[in-house]
Parts: sequence; C-alpha cells; structure tokens
Amino acid sequence: MQKQAVFQSRLLPLLLIAPQVAIVLVFFYWPAAQAVWQSFLLQDAFGLSTTFIWFENYQDLLRDPDYFNSVVRTFVFSAAIAVCSLSLALLFAVMADKPLRGATAYRTLMIWPYAVAPPVVGVLWVFMLNPSLGVLAQGLRNLGFDWNPLLDGNQAAALVILASVWKQISYNFLFFLAGLQAIPSSVIEAAAIDGARPVRRFWTIVFPLLSPTIFFLIVINVVYAFFDTFGIIDTMTRGGPAKATETLVYKVYLDGLLGGNLGGSAAQSVILMAIVIALTAIQFRFVERKVTY
Amino acid sequence: MVERRRFGNLIPHLILWVGIALVAFPVYLAFVASTQDNAAIANGQMSLLPGDLFFETYYKTLFVGTSGSTREPVGTMLFNSFVMAMAIAVGKIAISILSAYAIVYFRFRFRMAVFWLIFITLMLPVEVRIYPTYKIAADLNLLDSYSGLTLPLIASATATLLFRQFFMTVPDELLEASRIDGAGPVRFFKDTLLPLSRTNIAALFVILFIYGWNQYLWPLLITTRDDMQTIQIGIRKMITTSDALTEWPVVMATAVLAMLPPVAVVVVMQKLFVRGLVETEK
Repeated sequence: MQKQAVFQSRLLPLLLIAPQVAIVLVFFYWPAAQAVWQSFLLQDAFGLSTTFIWFENYQDLLRDPDYFNSVVRTFVFSAAIAVCSLSLALLFAVMADKPLRGATAYRTLMIWPYAVAPPVVGVLWVFMLNPSLGVLAQGLRNLGFDWNPLLDGNQAAALVILASVWKQISYNFLFFLAGLQAIPSSVIEAAAIDGARPVRRFWTIVFPLLSPTIFFLIVINVVYAFFDTFGIIDTMTRGGPAKATETLVYKVYLDGLLGGNLGGSAAQSVILMAIVIALTAIQFRFVERKVTY
Repeated sequence: MVERRRFGNLIPHLILWVGIALVAFPVYLAFVASTQDNAAIANGQMSLLPGDLFFETYYKTLFVGTSGSTREPVGTMLFNSFVMAMAIAVGKIAISILSAYAIVYFRFRFRMAVFWLIFITLMLPVEVRIYPTYKIAADLNLLDSYSGLTLPLIASATATLLFRQFFMTVPDELLEASRIDGAGPVRFFKDTLLPLSRTNIAALFVILFIYGWNQYLWPLLITTRDDMQTIQIGIRKMITTSDALTEWPVVMATAVLAMLPPVAVVVVMQKLFVRGLVETEK
C-alpha cells in the first residue's frame, strides 16, 4: 500500500527519520548485535583475551540442568498464568457483557489494575501473604495450612503466579469484553430461537467467534509471563527459595549481576530474543487473518 | 436480552461484585495498612479498618523517607518517575510521528529499508538485551541521568507503526488541496496532519505514560544514586531489610502513591486508554 500524492524532497525525509533511526541503531541494533557476537566468544577469567568458540556457549547452556529447569519453569508459569487469568477474565467479561445496570462502572472497576506496576503488585501480595504478618497468611494458618513461601518453593511459585494473574485479569477482561461486544446479537438471537440454552449458545457460538481474541491473548499472556513478571518476582521472592521462582529473564538478570561468564549470559539473551521473535511471528500471522475487536 | 430470567440479573451482578472485590482487596489492604501503626502490623494485629495515622504516614513518606532502608523521601522518587514517564511518552511520540510522516509522504532511497529497520524492533523488549544496552549506556556516560533512563526505552516501533497506519487512511485530497493553497511539507504537517492526529496522539500518550511510569528493570540497572531512583525502585529497596525492620505503613503508602497517577490516568481518561491499548497491540 502506498500513497499516490507525495512530496518531492531529498533532504527533508532524511532529517525526519534521523532521530528515530539514530536511537534504534544505538540502543537496539548495537546491543543486539553485541549480544549475538559475544554469545560466540569465550572470555578468560581476567577479561584479557577472548576466543571465538562458535556454539559452545549454547551447548553449555543447554546441558546446564539449572538452565533447563528455568526453561521448564518459565513455560509452566506462562501456562498457569495464561489459563488462570484468561478463564477468570472471560467469566467476568461474559457477565459484564450482559445488559446490566451500571455496566460502565463495572468495566472501570475491573480494568484499573492494568495501571499498577509489577513491583507494586509484588509488594501488595507479599504483604498479604507474608508468613509472619500477612492477613491472608494468618487465615491460611488458622485453616491448618502450613504456609511458608520463604521456605517452600512450590508455595513461592504459587505466590508469584497468583500475583501475576491478579494483574493480568484486567487486560484480558478488556479485550474479551471488546471481543464479545463485536459479536452480532442477531447470531445469538437466531440460536435462541432454535432452542439453544444460554450455556449451549456460549460454547457453540460465542466461544468459537471469540477464538481470534483468545489466541491473541494467549500470545500476549505468554509474553507477559516471560517479561513483566520480572518486577513481581524481584519484589516477592528474588528467584528463591532455591531457584523455585527463577524464570529465564530473572536468570539472565541474576547471572549478569554476578558477572563472570559473559558469553553464556549473552547466549541466554539471544535465546530469549529468538523466543520473542517466534512469538511475534505467530501473532502477526494471526493478525493477518483479521481479528475483530 | 434474549430471554427473561426469573431472578433478573442477580447472578451476573454477584459474580462481578466478587471480581471487583478480588481486584480491589489488595489495594484496600495497602491503604488500610498505610494508616496504621507499624508495631501493630508487625505483630500481625492489623485492623481491617483504616487507622488514624493517615497524615502522619503520608507526610513522612513524601517528605522524610524511611528511617532505615532508603534515605530519599518518596517525593523525589515521584518527581523522577514523572520526568521519566513524560520524557518517554513525549519523546517516543515526537520521533515516531516524524519518521512515520517521512515514510508515508516522501519517496526517498532506502525508504523500505528504513521502514523494516524500525519495524523489526517491534515487541523486542529491553529485557532481552539488557546487559549489552547497559554497557552502551555506560560507555556513553548515561548512567544516573534522565537521558539514560529514557532513551533506550524510546527505541521501539509501536508508535511509528500506529502513525503510519493512521496516515495511510488520511485522504490524498487533503494533501492536494493544501498543495494548491501553496503549503509545503512542513506547513502541511503542522496545519493539517497534526490536528487530525490529535486523538491518536492523546491515546498513545496515555499508554506510553503508564508504560514509562511502570518501568522497572531498566531503571534498576541504570540508576545507582539515591536521588535518581524512580518510585518503583524505591519501593523495592524499602522491603529488602529484614522483616522486623521494614516500615510497612511507609511501604504501603509508597505503594499507594506509586499506583495513584497511572490508575488515575486510566480511570479519568478511560476512552483514550482503551483506544490506545487496542490500537498499539494490533
């Protein structure tokens, strides 16, 4: 697609694109290229000499059980966060889509957590579920549940997932509601005349028509679980106890903080980039097929 | 309404109320805690109703800071966060609208190359190239500076794509007309295109402001001085000391202050927010 009417000028367009191209080159391509280059290098302990070692950093990484566990963990987190927040958001969106009194107020009251930053979300939930003083933790203990996420890895993971789901409901809710409102009511009325009850109508008509939105949201939620959970993890558990909440991004951060293996750290970044590019590609393929918001 | 219900819409209302309570409870608890005495909270004897220390705690938070873990008052952090969010929003919009204008309204060599160069940066967040970017920022002497905080986060394509899409829908007749009136490219941009883009700019601004305000990992690395901290970093430092020393009322007051501006933006400018969100993700 191109404009027919354009301006004739040589210098002006170059001046117009210059700022963005400069920033993109310096802060995007340069670091990305460095990460790729470094991932092929081996640096000695004093940083004095480097050797080109092809894919050895990647091989080491893939053989490292810590890394493998982190990959599995990240995908488990993504799946858990996507499933929980999508199903809850869908439930609330279906309810809010009905012609209710105060529907706009409901919408406002559901979407605002989008604006709460991940580290703040982490602080809020850590406060509620802190084993010694948290209000909810006391409730759990009164029920006879041995709650201590500071020692129990599974509980720490549950804590991170819970907080991430809490934040993500608002986003999914908004897109589900938009998707639901785009479904023509005539389709649903036709089904009702044919005698389909509400539950049946939902699963045979509404849900299939919503599938583009669901697919889009799955991709977005996976990206969210990969990257935006960093702030939540960092304020809640710092990857612990015993790496139980160390996702891929958090591992890159921690390994880099310790310094040392520069090549391995770069290889981790490159793998992350590849994952994101794959996810973006999947999403674009699907956007091509025209989504209805 | 397709069919008549015996109990009206009782169940949907009920479920939505549960949902609202679910999302609101943690924040309510934070507010309640911020108005109470630290000793009571630390003993696990927190009341579920607001206490009477509202002014004391918020005054201390904003202008004094915690006694132990962070020496900076939250007022400074709020200022830093605000500068950062504004710079990201304004900067990204400014450079994107200019480059989108060049790509749509001019024919120049490497036009498509430039378009792809920018396009590829889409959705590759700063997190995946964090340390190389950090090294470059350090080499350029940008640590502990507002430019270091903002510039790397401006490098992405979403806004450019959005403006490009919008410019493509602007009818060619407008350009013809202003050309007949003797307007050059600068004049056309200023008098025709910019006013037409007003809603798009506003929607984008809302989204980018929230995005900038809520940044975490990048500021965490790039700032080392206490007086350059953003509020998201400050709040993390407050809870790092051992449980007994954490001043929970101040921490919770900071949490409330940290979420107040972006949440207010979402609630007050909801239409623009929804529009911006849907359009940037498309």
